[in-house]
Amino acid sequence: MATRAVEVVYRGIFQRTLARNIVRQIVFAARKDGKIGTAFGRYSDSPERNGIPAKQFAVVADTALELEESLAVYEATMVDVTINVDDTMCKGLESWAWYGLQPINEVTKPGGTLIVTSRQSADALLEDIHQKKDPYNLSIIPSTVSFSGLWVFKDDHTDMRALGAMCKACPELVSIKAMLESVQEQTGNEAKVASVQRAFDRGTSRPVEPGEGNTETPFSFDMPGWKTMEEGLVIRAQKEGTGFRGGEGGYTPGRSETFKKWSTRSMRPVINFDTCIKCTLCWLQCPDTVFDITPDGLYDANMEACCGCGVCEAVCPVPDCITMVGEPEFNDNSSQYDAWTADKDGYNKWMTVLVEKQKSETRTHGFHHVGGYAEEIAASEEA
Amino acid sequence: MATVKPRLYEESKEELISGSEAVGIACALADVDVITAYPIRPYDTVMQYVSRLKADGAFDFDFIIAESEHSQFEIVKHASAVGARTFSGSSGVGWFYAFEAITVTAGLRMPVVAMVGNRALDDPGAFGVEHNDAMAVRDLGWHLYWVATAQEALDMALMAWRIAEDPTVLLPFALSCDGSFLTHSQAIVQVPSQDQVDRFLPPYKRGTLQLHPDNPITIAPQVNEDWLMEIRRQTDEAMRRTSAVIRQAHEEFREIFGRGDPSPFIEEFMCEDAEIILVGMGTLAMPTRVAVRRLRAAGKKVGFLRIKFFRPFAAEEVQEALGDAKAVAVIDRDYSYGSPSGGGVLFHELRSTLYPLDKRPLMLNFIAGLGGREVTVDDINMMTETAQKAIDTGKIEQETTWVSVRE
Ligand code: SF4
Ligand code: SF4
Repeated sequence: MATRAVEVVYRGIFQRTLARNIVRQIVFAARKDGKIGTAFGRYSDSPERNGIPAKQFAVVADTALELEESLAVYEATMVDVTINVDDTMCKGLESWAWYGLQPINEVTKPGGTLIVTSRQSADALLEDIHQKKDPYNLSIIPSTVSFSGLWVFKDDHTDMRALGAMCKACPELVSIKAMLESVQEQTGNEAKVASVQRAFDRGTSRPVEPGEGNTETPFSFDMPGWKTMEEGLVIRAQKEGTGFRGGEGGYTPGRSETFKKWSTRSMRPVINFDTCIKCTLCWLQCPDTVFDITPDGLYDANMEACCGCGVCEAVCPVPDCITMVGEPEFNDNSSQYDAWTADKDGYNKWMTVLVEKQKSETRTHGFHHVGGYAEEIAASEEA
Repeated sequence: MATVKPRLYEESKEELISGSEAVGIACALADVDVITAYPIRPYDTVMQYVSRLKADGAFDFDFIIAESEHSQFEIVKHASAVGARTFSGSSGVGWFYAFEAITVTAGLRMPVVAMVGNRALDDPGAFGVEHNDAMAVRDLGWHLYWVATAQEALDMALMAWRIAEDPTVLLPFALSCDGSFLTHSQAIVQVPSQDQVDRFLPPYKRGTLQLHPDNPITIAPQVNEDWLMEIRRQTDEAMRRTSAVIRQAHEEFREIFGRGDPSPFIEEFMCEDAEIILVGMGTLAMPTRVAVRRLRAAGKKVGFLRIKFFRPFAAEEVQEALGDAKAVAVIDRDYSYGSPSGGGVLFHELRSTLYPLDKRPLMLNFIAGLGGREVTVDDINMMTETAQKAIDTGKIEQETTWVSVRE
């Protein structure tokens, strides 16, 4: 077939420019190979929301007619290459309510390639990435996640590296020669050309066998039809809560059954239950009613519901009582409170190591405390 | 919200009132909770009248004079959401200024009743009647009814709440009243007694869709392509369901009030065996009926069909009424620049309604009475003659004719 497609899966707002750069550059480069293409974002992702998984696409064909044929389907259902620019999305994507959790490789075609920017190993990533029936390839660009904002772009060459890795993974889409020429022409920047070349040279991929990967079945929902939906554009309030996990004492709030949002997060709060003074602030300020109140008055963040915004960390008055920790450290949504009650010493050791590690790393986004931004600016000026 | 229910009419009684006043009295009889207003001629006549009822203590309701038509219609939409019976209205470009609120009212399934005092759209500024203002809601899920007399204005206002608020419908209702001919001229109207109205019109109950602290819901969400077609289909179904509700309400109305045409949707005047049938809406009925009566007296087989409900459009009844005619002459008090044949909106609706028939009548269109210009008996005679000529020659020389326009 002479039409090929790439999807870039990115975090809304934070990585929008990054994704756009990648898909546009693919189309420019394809021109150099005498092909024609188009680049577009998924319309439903707009207006984009912070951190929500979103997609942009590049479709390249030998002829305009073939391109038109492939565009009869607006959103590609099969892509040659999936580029995931935040490895925490390997756990799956849930872009909107009722969307369910879509595996990151859902539309990667048999024999295609999933490219991920990550510091993790392929085996570690495959603990998160859902298994597929068909074989495909996994290629890793060793890199921290590149996050920017709506109006700013961190020009750290992540886009260039993704392009180089893509040319390696799928030369039929764009040749490295065309890519290098095109990047030179578009950016006039030798360093960027070198980044593309280096990523191409270093690019490796590993075959992933059918059935290899996370064996969990991702959650999904059946959307109601017009006959079963409530009329009048009405959405019922969430049900009232119950006692802690349905038992006596404490409180578990009602939450949306059809929009969990946890795939939105790239960090999660880790709580020190021993230093918590039960001030209620995290519970009160959390925008997603994530905290279950335990019968002993502590606050257990329910990871089925947390979007990772970091508000709880910012409002907690006790130093290091709540710390946002990068999502790659976790493989499930299990309760920290349960782990702590089962083995307090074990939990505290685990937590201390994580928190210390987190402090030693630069964050992708967000700040640990008020004033963090000013400190970061000052530090970067010194450096 | 109204607390004391005033009893304006213990007994049914005759009054000499305008169409607007008739609608105002209907508001009182229906015990409307919230009325919003913003002045624009000719709709403002109803605003003045309910103001007087309120000042006199004859009718207790929340009267909100908004700062614009847009707010005027937003307010009734919200009031309707919390379970208040509502009334509002406007004319011409005022109605258009409210349009965002008007479209969401139907989208949200709020049974607001509005009087449109039909008025030409600016520019040029003009007070006279044209139907384009009200016509603009025809695709949006509003009931759209054209009134011919002050009596009908009162009767249909009562019907409007009954139909719009039916739990299986919940769609707003626009009552179109020709500016001047209805809004400013007075006629003898039989006002029903409060008891009759109470028997006919149950209280508005929004049920589980009501915005209330005891029924926590959110309404008017943002959705993507996963949902919109289902939502549109629901409104479509409500619009389909309303026909049966209209029929039922109409039957009960005739029973309780002792008047009304055989059909709620159309009025057939001397259509039996007619070879030429004129079709029109609103107060055009007056000169047309007179002309038809005279033509009949002269032995011509001519009839008049008045379309009352433009939405929902009773296609089957119209096919039935027009199917045997040789020619149909549609009188439009509106225009649709650049449309097929340069015809008016009603003409296109009729032509499309008759298209599936095996034997289709010849179709002619007359654009007449724009900006309140009078449509005379002579005009109607001219239309009939043109239709006769088409029948005789078997061909239509000109599909659309502008009537009585200086060249
Ligand atoms: S990061 Fe904290 S505040 Fe934000 S959603 Fe998660 S628990 Fe709530
Ligand atoms: S904000 Fe911190 S101290 Fe307060 S209840 Fe939450 S975890 Fe405990």
